[in-house]
Amino acid sequence: MSKFAIALLITVFGLSACGDKEGVVVYKQGSYSGKTDGKPWENAAFAGDKSKWDNSIRARGQNQNESKRIGD
Amino acid sequence: MARMKFLCDSERCIECNGCVTACKNENEVPWGVNRRRVVTLGDGLPGEKSVSVACMHCSDAPCMAVCPVDCFYHTDEGVVLHDKDMCIGCGYCFYACPFGAPQYPQSGAFGQRGKMDKCTFCAGGPEVDHSEEEFKKYGRNRLAEGKLPLCAEMCSTKALLGGDGDVVSDIFRDRALKRGKGGEMWGWGSAYGKPEPGTKKPEVKS
Repeated sequence: MSKFAIALLITVFGLSACGDKEGVVVYKQGSYSGKTDGKPWENAAFAGDKSKWDNSIRARGQNQNESKRIGD
Repeated sequence: MARMKFLCDSERCIECNGCVTACKNENEVPWGVNRRRVVTLGDGLPGEKSVSVACMHCSDAPCMAVCPVDCFYHTDEGVVLHDKDMCIGCGYCFYACPFGAPQYPQSGAFGQRGKMDKCTFCAGGPEVDHSEEEFKKYGRNRLAEGKLPLCAEMCSTKALLGGDGDVVSDIFRDRALKRGKGGEMWGWGSAYGKPEPGTKKPEVKS
């Protein structure tokens, strides 16, 4: 086997674990240590405009009130 | 800041299971997992009551208190969510929850339990909003679309209300004041008939 092939094998197997991600979660007793979640208005639809999101949720909420939606 | 809550009006719920179907379809919930279900009390007897039950997004959530890996968190809107990457599927949250909200998909032979799944108030989870990853793990993120949970929004009798706790309670209070209560309630006589004098009330089986 040529030196080149041996070098290639060492490189391939030697670096095989370099792309390995940390698999152990570091727990802190009593507090959430998972991934962080974004705000519901921080996306393309609302572009960070919280008041626009609030208005949308309020309007949707009132749609459940048939007294106001279609009258008594 | 809004605190998201569900409220089920048992006088209106007709046990159609539309909320259950809507939830299953919108979130593509796996077979055997029911994030929402309808419970009927006194089934078949006059005055039976049905209530649609799912995670109630408790302010002081027992699931959160017992979780050994602390995978639960409260969003600013008061929605109780969890990180499925941290969940170990131990089942403690199921024992702690008074509503039976946590569900476990069967993840292999011999009834092995998978990671816990529950109602997310259609708010997705701790992944990028509207990403494939988020949908696969937690279902649709309607809240990030400015919409309320589909179960509540599509309820045909508007028995199930969802949204900001203040708004929901205002709607219910207004409704309850208008219709009265018990025998004086609108439609009660038409539905169940007025009790004739001297007739005995049917015994409720326990």
